[in-house]
Amino acid sequence: MSVVLVDSGGANIGSVRYALQRLGVEASLSADAATIRAADRVILPGVGAAAPAMARLRETGLVEVLRGLGQPVLGVCLGMQLLCTHSDEGDVDGLGVIDARVRRLRGGDGLRVPHMGWNRVHRVAPHPLCAGDAEAGWAYFVHAYAVPRCAATLATCEHGEVFSAAIGRANFMGVQYHPERSAALGVALLRNFLA
Amino acid sequence: MLSRRIIPCLDVRDGRVVKGVRFRDHAVVGDIVELALRYRDEGADELVFYDIAASPEARVVDVAWVERVARVIDIPFCVAGGIRSVADARAVLHAGADKVSVNSPALERPGLIDELAREFGVQCVVVGIDSLRDEDGEWRVRQYTGDPLRTRNVARRTLEWIEEAQRRGAGEIVLNCMGSDGVRAGYDLEQLRAARTVCRVPLVASGGAGAREHFRDAFVAADADAALAASVFHSGAIAIPALKSWLGECGIEVRR
Repeated sequence: MSVVLVDSGGANIGSVRYALQRLGVEASLSADAATIRAADRVILPGVGAAAPAMARLRETGLVEVLRGLGQPVLGVCLGMQLLCTHSDEGDVDGLGVIDARVRRLRGGDGLRVPHMGWNRVHRVAPHPLCAGDAEAGWAYFVHAYAVPRCAATLATCEHGEVFSAAIGRANFMGVQYHPERSAALGVALLRNFLA
Repeated sequence: MLSRRIIPCLDVRDGRVVKGVRFRDHAVVGDIVELALRYRDEGADELVFYDIAASPEARVVDVAWVERVARVIDIPFCVAGGIRSVADARAVLHAGADKVSVNSPALERPGLIDELAREFGVQCVVVGIDSLRDEDGEWRVRQYTGDPLRTRNVARRTLEWIEEAQRRGAGEIVLNCMGSDGVRAGYDLEQLRAARTVCRVPLVASGGAGAREHFRDAFVAADADAALAASVFHSGAIAIPALKSWLGECGIEVRR
């Protein structure tokens, strides 16, 4: 199985790559259109802000490449948000392969933003990505923006408001939490994605 | 509901985990990867590694051990020590760390916080603050605490620095109360409560954990999001699984 991690300029590539290694998969990091198109699985990672990440995808000519992919694609954290139509973070359009809008978490009394730490996720729609041990449990989140619950929502989490922990449409999937840092649940999710 | 986090802190010097009392007399505790795995297995929610020698010696953190940890660990970890620039932070994040924590270099040049937040997002920018109460009753920040010979007072008031750090883009504050550190008599609840009133981002209590009640107090009395400790975990005086079950029985949301 060939897995490509899209080099979108996000710095936190190592942890995802190592998580895949622990599952016996050697992923390559690439911004090359042909390499990405040829992969069995594509992961769009990302720690950072939406606007610079989209700017980088545009500079490297990857916007159309990613939109046109037919194999399973997984966006992680910011990577998931980039799959959406628009992000309020930097008021920037995303790849638009999932019809959803990214909004800032409201926070409030006793609700800190960024939402940082372990929280419970629950699957709300049947989907192979969130099957088995990935259906419900504790996942690790670090984010200030989120996708409100919508038609593409596969799993939810709550931090003052309910938001999407996982989304999916056709071959495009995304998780707001960090599977590479979510212990047993994260391992199960990555296994499901690779299956 | 977001759980409260238990964070073992591993002070690193020359690639080994060490522990001192009140920031002095560092003794080797063990191998980084071994300890990281042990805490992961015990249910630690996150790990923090402080390269305590990096900042005073003007060195950058050695990314080789960051990578060794990242390869084996499936819980988040944060690296602190000697990160002075976007390039330094990128190297540490690239090696597999989830967050970077800046302390002395942010005091030298507060604009570093803005730069890191702009480049990587606020969520992976942690500002560590070493704070001590002065004779006039004010809490003030200390710098270069990794080396007692170079530790120095900074004119900044702790609460003002917490506010400024957030304005600049800190996504989390680790408040290390030096007066209570290493003596296991409990977190400095008074200072943490004061910090909480000005801290809108996650606040991590540090310094003074000696008993399970201290963790409860940090969460309930000071509303800290996470509690960090070192020696009680390294020595085995407190076992994380037992601590978490007890906190759960106290009605505190913890990951079990």
